[in-house]
Amino acid sequence: MNKFIPYTARYAVLPMENVDTDQIIPARFLKTTDKVGLGDNLFSDWRYDSNGQPKPEFLLNKPFTKGVEVLVAGTNFGCGSSREHAPWALQGFGFKAVLSTYFADIFQNNSLKNGLLPIVISPETYQLLVASDAPNPGHATLSVDLANQTVTLPDGSTMWFPIEPFAKYCVLNGVDQLGFLANADSDISAYEQTHTTRVDTVGL
Amino acid sequence: MATTPQTLFEKIWNRHQVRPETSETPAVLYIDLHLVHEVTSPQAFTELRQRGLTVRRPGQTIATMDHSTPTTPRNAQGIIPVLDTQAQAQLTQLESNCRDFGIPLFALGSENQGIVHVIGPEQGLTQPGMTIVCGDSHTSTHGAFGALAFGIGTSEVGYVLATQCLLQSRPKTMEIRINGRLSKGVGAKDIILAIIAKIGVGGGTGYVLEYTGEAIRALSMEERMTVCNMSIEGGARAGLIAPDETTFEYIKGRPRAPQGAAWDAAVADWQTLVSDEGAVYDAVVELHADEMAPMITYGTNPGMGIPITGYVPTAGDMADESARAGLAKALAYMDLEPGQSLIGKKVDVVFIGSCTNSRISDLRLAAQVMQDRKVASGVRVMVVPGSQQVKKQAEAEGLDEIFKAAGAEWREAGCSMCIAMNGDQLKPGQYAVSTSNRNFEGRQGKGGRTFLASPLTAAATAIAGAICDPREILG
Repeated sequence: MNKFIPYTARYAVLPMENVDTDQIIPARFLKTTDKVGLGDNLFSDWRYDSNGQPKPEFLLNKPFTKGVEVLVAGTNFGCGSSREHAPWALQGFGFKAVLSTYFADIFQNNSLKNGLLPIVISPETYQLLVASDAPNPGHATLSVDLANQTVTLPDGSTMWFPIEPFAKYCVLNGVDQLGFLANADSDISAYEQTHTTRVDTVGL
Repeated sequence: MATTPQTLFEKIWNRHQVRPETSETPAVLYIDLHLVHEVTSPQAFTELRQRGLTVRRPGQTIATMDHSTPTTPRNAQGIIPVLDTQAQAQLTQLESNCRDFGIPLFALGSENQGIVHVIGPEQGLTQPGMTIVCGDSHTSTHGAFGALAFGIGTSEVGYVLATQCLLQSRPKTMEIRINGRLSKGVGAKDIILAIIAKIGVGGGTGYVLEYTGEAIRALSMEERMTVCNMSIEGGARAGLIAPDETTFEYIKGRPRAPQGAAWDAAVADWQTLVSDEGAVYDAVVELHADEMAPMITYGTNPGMGIPITGYVPTAGDMADESARAGLAKALAYMDLEPGQSLIGKKVDVVFIGSCTNSRISDLRLAAQVMQDRKVASGVRVMVVPGSQQVKKQAEAEGLDEIFKAAGAEWREAGCSMCIAMNGDQLKPGQYAVSTSNRNFEGRQGKGGRTFLASPLTAAATAIAGAICDPREILG
């Protein structure tokens, strides 16, 4: 995971609610044992026809979305399956952040583990982003500053977004949680000494 | 000194805090049991290898093969052939990962193999008061035993393998109280579909649900698993049911259940795992079992459900523009009309299986409907047991003969057409009534259309060849 660097980017608007992770990356692509290459199949069933040809009407096949780095989507984005392949696919395509009025829990967790920012916005901000995009889709820009937890919107206004402090620390510094947990080793051992009743799967 | 009343969730949470939450860091939460399968674990093991880490507690970890495995019959050598080379590579990798890191594995075709959420309870590994995780969102199933069980991503699978812990922020609690008693032909699947239809697919986000009330107490363990299984479809990562005599009776005597004096001590402890009188939940939702009918979904998320005797909603029933757009998109995909009844709608496939409804009691219900009857012509019916043990039990009871005589396929254990990454899938445009948990676009095969329902409704539909209220057949 790389350190977070503030950026200004163009965005694409997917105005749909309850986008589930089966749409983000269908299960048949989960037979991989790798994290890379999933971006090619991001939103596969919406993006390609039965012959594997791009459907021109789908958002990410439109020329103006080429090179966009932020996705703005309807509420409850990322619901359903826990597959971490969903953020891997979004990042593989080139997205750095997703903005929605709220995210499904597991998707949000998984995204933060990979440095893909799930940014919670108000319904008003969502409407503003949709409206700013409408006249010339894919051309409006926004800026993301994680240190200050702000997004600068196309009209120049700035909004603050919430993020759990430790997740912010990890994304800002490009580190994952495993180091922190490994450092808790003595506490974990102490816990195990006092909580001894546990199942044993070995020998099953 | 009076203590503050606690919810069941709080009791389990407090027991598992290695370090409490601070303003800077989430709690370090200890994980008692980690379930592993082939699809969401390979990248986690790769991470471990790259960092030179070992698995901290292999004896609190169990692996199985379920998601990408075929459910086609065994060959003459008794082996289930895997024709998909990518799936085979994934299975081979799980095998070598388990061997290298010392994790017990129920490999494809072995006597205990099955769907990860079926095998945990079956082996007696799932016990009240535990924390249980798996790289699968339906881990909520194990909450039926009064365990805090939730799905995690692959990064977190790696963290648990390496440290047996996770960093977790404390969720909120929601009581879902189901008053009254279910009427005949209405079951656990109908309860959970009714709950999700009420709270919506995002209604439980950020909460741990606790199911309470007379109707929940009356459910068997397997029915409770069906309810908790779909907690995630309401957005909640976990669903809980306080353990009681039904729970203890189910666990007793299973291979990994405590025995002798340890059993008595365990039960004494488990009996304390109830929400105290006066404990406060962050939210409460109430439903009435007496008013429930068999449920069926009409749309492309599990919240789009109606009583089978009801009608597909119209734009006028929707709260706002966005919901109207969602309804229109779902009905276009499903090729259904607003306001129509679903009863009599012809289907191509009936799928009975998945971690929601593939246990022995589910199969008994389906067999009860299909006994001495024939599957309607032109309908493909797949019955897929949740595990090899369920399969064996069903065969001992002769259920397989009932299904086969009716014209249904009796298959090997696995996730099968619930996730459609193993060869079992719908063709574009086909309609299925499915006892699984997700009706998302393409979930059961690209272009396939899913109606979620109970095993009774699925079996009745198989006989009728079209969506059928099981109460018509049960009389």
